[in-house]
Amino acid sequence: MRMTGLILLAALAAPAANAVEYQTVLPKQSTIHFEFRQMGVPIKGGFKRFTTQMTFDPAKPEAARAQIEIDLASIDAGSPEADDESAGKLWFNRSVHPKATFVSSQVRALGNNRYEMRGTLTLKGKSRDMVVPVTFAPGKNAATFDGAFVLRRLDFGIGEGMWADVNTVANEVQVRFRIAAIGN
Amino acid sequence: MSVVMRYSTPAIVLHWLVALLIFAGFPLGVYMHELPLSPDKLKLYSYHKWIGVTVLMLVAVRLGWRLTHMPPPLPDGIAAWQRRASAITHGLLYGLMIAIPLSGWLMSSAKGFQTVWLGVLPLPDLVDKDKALGDLLAGVHQALNFTLLALVILHVAAALKHHFIERRPFLQRMAWGGKERT
Repeated sequence: MRMTGLILLAALAAPAANAVEYQTVLPKQSTIHFEFRQMGVPIKGGFKRFTTQMTFDPAKPEAARAQIEIDLASIDAGSPEADDESAGKLWFNRSVHPKATFVSSQVRALGNNRYEMRGTLTLKGKSRDMVVPVTFAPGKNAATFDGAFVLRRLDFGIGEGMWADVNTVANEVQVRFRIAAIGN
Repeated sequence: MSVVMRYSTPAIVLHWLVALLIFAGFPLGVYMHELPLSPDKLKLYSYHKWIGVTVLMLVAVRLGWRLTHMPPPLPDGIAAWQRRASAITHGLLYGLMIAIPLSGWLMSSAKGFQTVWLGVLPLPDLVDKDKALGDLLAGVHQALNFTLLALVILHVAAALKHHFIERRPFLQRMAWGGKERT
């Protein structure tokens, strides 16, 4: 009987022993890209500097947390002219709002390493709830979390005044990110 | 006065259509590139590119037509050096009508902006985004355009000279009304 109890104990303990909690983000392997249309032309861009704090245990996805802070000055908006323009009041108003933040509120497992992350995105002083699908891939050296969602720039007042015309610069911005992290 | 031999109807239509597009696209290009960034600037850039791509397409058709259809002979009494100058000028004009839109298309790609004709037909990016190449092509595009301007002035001046100074019905060659060469 003692033997059986030991085996049972080992079996119960096994998942906890194998579980990895991903907490250390690798900034160099993490990316944020976006794409939007301008006069029907796809324009690619991204942000080079952002910090991510996260904790994710595949065994307890509901306890996962993520917080991303983006330095808007690190933007690549497709051209130097657009980079400069994006700092202005009509776009990010960067002198007043230098950063964008995303703070997760809830993570739900969808199966097959897919998750649904809910959270709040704050841009230019405006906060909006977002639902972001994220795919988790446990890699050899680092795990990756890939997500994509569509952001409507006018929800955040990005591109006001003359730029509010969505026939010139589309309202929809496709955002794709990859966060690479290693376990502790 | 003898009957004026004129170019074929497709050649005349293509000539004037391309001329109209060049007379719209050239000043647009000169005007737009100094503008501060605005939605209007983005629109003008797109219109300019659409005009250029349209010219490229029409010139491809034009060149095909020109190579398979002889133009009417120049009237008698035009000096040999002028005939030679005319042939060279026309050759250069064709070359520039191809090279200019092409350099603009490549420049746009090098600067990171794909060309999407009329906002619907994407042209492939033949070069990757490359700032140095983009700046180089901008210089090439500009130089070719000012060469075109000089040649168009020469082309128009020569036609007007033959017509008004030498008093030949020269302009009818590129207009309806004359007798088509068959």
